[in-house]
Amino acid sequence: MESLIGLLVGFPLLGAAVLLCGGRKLDRSGHWLGVLLSGASFVTGVVLFAGMLGKPTDQRALHQHLFTWVPVESFQANVAFQLDQLAMTFVLLITGVGTLIHIYSVGYMEHDVGRRRFFGYLNLFLAAMLLLVLADNYLLLYVGWEGVGLASYLLIGFWQFKPSAAVAAKKAFLVNRVGDAGLAIAIFLMFTTFGSFTFAPVLDNATDAGEGKLTAIGLMLLLAACGKSAQVPLQSWLGDAMEGPTPVSALIHAATMVTAGVYLITRSGAIFNGAPDAQTVVVVVGAVTLLYGAIVGCAKDDIKKALAGSTMSQIGYMVLAAGLGPIGYAFAIMHLVTHGFFKAGLFLGAGSVMHGMNDEVDMRRYGGLRKYMPVTFVTFGLGYLAIIGFPGLSGFFSKDQIIEAAFAKGGTQGWILGAVTLVGAAITAYYMTRVMLMTFFGEERWKGQENEPHPHESPKIMTVPMIVLAFGSVFAGGLFKAGESFVHWLEPVTQFEHGHSPVSAAAVTGATVVALLLGVGGAWLQYGRRPVPSVAPRGSLLTRAARRDLLQDDINHAVLVKPGEYLTRGLVYADNKVVDGAVNGTAAAFGGLSGRTRRVQNGFVRSYAVSMFGGAAVLVAATLLMRAV
Amino acid sequence: MPALPATGGVPSSGGALTLAATATSGGETAAFWVLGTIAVLGALGTVLLRRAVHSALCLAGTMVILALFYLANGAYFLGIVQIVVYTGAVMMLFLFVLMLVGVSAADSLKETLKGQRWLAAACGLGLGVLLVAGIGQAAVHTFEGVGRANAGGNVPALATLLFTKYVVAFEVVGALLTVAAVGATLLTHRERIEKSKSQREQAEERVKRGTQLPPLPAPGVYARHNAVDRPGLLPDGTPSELTISATLRDRGQVREVGQEALHRVAALEQRTADSHGQTEHGRMYGEPHDPQRDVDDADDAGQGGREARKARGEAREEEAAK
Amino acid sequence: MSPVNYVYLAAVLFTIGAAGVLIRRNAIVVFMCIELMLNAANLTLVAFSRIHGNLDGQIMAFFVMVVAAAEVVVGLAIIVMMYRSRHSASVDDASLMKL
Repeated sequence: MESLIGLLVGFPLLGAAVLLCGGRKLDRSGHWLGVLLSGASFVTGVVLFAGMLGKPTDQRALHQHLFTWVPVESFQANVAFQLDQLAMTFVLLITGVGTLIHIYSVGYMEHDVGRRRFFGYLNLFLAAMLLLVLADNYLLLYVGWEGVGLASYLLIGFWQFKPSAAVAAKKAFLVNRVGDAGLAIAIFLMFTTFGSFTFAPVLDNATDAGEGKLTAIGLMLLLAACGKSAQVPLQSWLGDAMEGPTPVSALIHAATMVTAGVYLITRSGAIFNGAPDAQTVVVVVGAVTLLYGAIVGCAKDDIKKALAGSTMSQIGYMVLAAGLGPIGYAFAIMHLVTHGFFKAGLFLGAGSVMHGMNDEVDMRRYGGLRKYMPVTFVTFGLGYLAIIGFPGLSGFFSKDQIIEAAFAKGGTQGWILGAVTLVGAAITAYYMTRVMLMTFFGEERWKGQENEPHPHESPKIMTVPMIVLAFGSVFAGGLFKAGESFVHWLEPVTQFEHGHSPVSAAAVTGATVVALLLGVGGAWLQYGRRPVPSVAPRGSLLTRAARRDLLQDDINHAVLVKPGEYLTRGLVYADNKVVDGAVNGTAAAFGGLSGRTRRVQNGFVRSYAVSMFGGAAVLVAATLLMRAV
Repeated sequence: MPALPATGGVPSSGGALTLAATATSGGETAAFWVLGTIAVLGALGTVLLRRAVHSALCLAGTMVILALFYLANGAYFLGIVQIVVYTGAVMMLFLFVLMLVGVSAADSLKETLKGQRWLAAACGLGLGVLLVAGIGQAAVHTFEGVGRANAGGNVPALATLLFTKYVVAFEVVGALLTVAAVGATLLTHRERIEKSKSQREQAEERVKRGTQLPPLPAPGVYARHNAVDRPGLLPDGTPSELTISATLRDRGQVREVGQEALHRVAALEQRTADSHGQTEHGRMYGEPHDPQRDVDDADDAGQGGREARKARGEAREEEAAK
Repeated sequence: MSPVNYVYLAAVLFTIGAAGVLIRRNAIVVFMCIELMLNAANLTLVAFSRIHGNLDGQIMAFFVMVVAAAEVVVGLAIIVMMYRSRHSASVDDASLMKL
């Protein structure tokens, strides 16, 4: 059984190697190889899952040691896998959603010349992501962490001929580096504190270390999570990352990679449990991002960017939940999984819409599309209902649990967090309804344009994954909720405590539904009842700020880029004038001196003889002087 | 001057041999000052005289005097070698090469390198002063004399040293001489790398080149002067450099034809025109010596190039006027 | 008179020879000046030989003479070669090794 774990990573890695090194011969059929290997990984995952279910709860974790990477006396870096319930959840999500998106991409990228390369990158991503969640130590996790960063970079910049895509890829990579540095520092700290960076010794002994150290490690881990999961303050890259092909947005920037931060925090739960201050920071980051992403999502007219804002917001929910400690870990992961279904479905739906609309992304040029693409409409609509938390669908269960847990934090904090999550739920309902209304309802604003598109339903190969994901969006939540099955499943890894909410569960549910109705109603008043202008109105100050991502780029620019530029300029100036000046000045001085001295070499023997005799005279003088002295 | 006796200042009696002397004999002193002066003058002559031959002669004189000094210092063998090898062989070699290169070519005393003279004077003076100062510092006031060393004869004593203590150096120097001889031979030897041309080939080549088909004109030997370094005159009275051998031209040893000579040639032509009928041959050789018609070279030998050229131009103008 | 006077005379001759090397352009004359310097050195050696009462100085002078002879042979050969190729015996004409 254990030996199968390596195959999980091995299949997509093989696919990436073959597709990226295979050359043009694979252009015609290479994408099917990618789908096949991704599917093979999924099947392996399912087999392992079945095996795991057949064991008692406390013996489910599997361990596979492949080889020792760095065998230095006290520094033993192993390449070893640990497949426990948490990792299993991720494996199924990654390979399952990943395979669906692979299939979808076969249709979506059909006419792209770089399709083989695209599938190579997708497989590379899968391998790296699986490595990340399967690693049994932080160093190997770091390898996967960097691997997904690389794959993300490659895929955002997949259409690198577009300057915007190239810039977005670079931005994503650079912002991620900040988080990566945090993770690296966290690993260093772990090694100095615990003498190891393998999960078991670190997490088991976490309580032995002082709270200060745990807080430091926790904050560094949070920084890493912020970078990878697009949390404030490292969130700026996610919106731009939508420059990549839509399947990428669905797989990497919605369903899987961006959740790596949540995984990291949950996995390191023992550390955070011992560092309440770090937990508070995690919660604050989650709450701020939750609202931030939601507000940004309200103002965007680009369908993918609106969904990206939504992604940030939903991950904010997860981080918040993870910051709550044992009362929240399970719900964070649960929301992560359901979010993986419906957000992937929404992105694929958005891709399907774009596919039928000549790659138009501006929702103000959509409208009334439900007649033209019914399957997309229905699946997107189910995803929509799931994300806003319509009672009975996935999002309802998972989000409701988080809101409850937030109240259960207790004290003023609990009330504030509860309020924030509720407001977030309302805004979520608002902006998602806005997306829905602008896209599928109202006037057909795309008519009468230049290059009028001919909306049409996407081919089966694209709609089938969407349908599958829609099923997930509808039923996953209920399935997990039923009998607290998901919580019990994860409990051995993340522990679980029942939160003691000051508000009854029914009241929370009621409040959630009210918030939902408020959001939907607001959006309907604004976008359903009245026609949507096809050119964006000027809007309020907040709207304008939100369109600019709440000035995040301006702030980054003013606080980081500008001073950096000045520093660079100053250094360049110093380098040119001072360093080069000294070097070149020395060279010029010697050059000039040589130029002068060179004239002594006039080729006339007699001149040379004069210097020789002069030298002889000096020698005689020196000899006499030495004698005199 | 006869060789001076080897007055080492050491009495010949055995008991006093160990005593160092402080002064040489009066005769030697007088000879030193007289001959030393001459030697310095010779050296100055070597450096300062314009013609290399004169320099060589001065140097030979200095070397002979140095040979005498060697003898005076008890180095009989070296003195003789100095005369035989240096003055006899080496200096002759110098003169031989001088002849090859051009015996009468005088060095221009104009300095072409900027500041060379000043630097040379400064270096020379400085070196001289320093050397003299150094010797003065050495403070050797007594001397042993070579009387005892030469007791069994200078040559046997030298030979003993040479073939015992210095035998290795002697052998090495012998090898050096051999190498030098071979080297000199190699340097001056010219390998003929192509077949020498036959007379016919040379003629064909000359026709092909087309610059000078007939043989080169002869120098003025037959015309006016009994010398190969005097250019022959062209029919219009101008001297032609072509008539002089290339070596002499290279050395700058072409004697210019003086202005007066050209006038005389013009007059001669005039007279020839006047006395028609009379053969040139008969006039030239049949008539007795006439100082007025004699085109002697005594007066124009020293004239410089520019003057000669001017004269040539004037002569040409006269021709044109006629 | 002390035999040191010979040394003084040698110094003067040597200096004159050196100045000649520096001033004259005719390679043959330059060579003669070098010979003059060598002879001056020889005179010193002979005088020292007398001052110290042994013959080593004379032996040295003898070697100097031999070496000088070798040098003259080679040097004059070079001058002849130079004259052949450049039609000049001036040391200033052989100044190709400048800038």
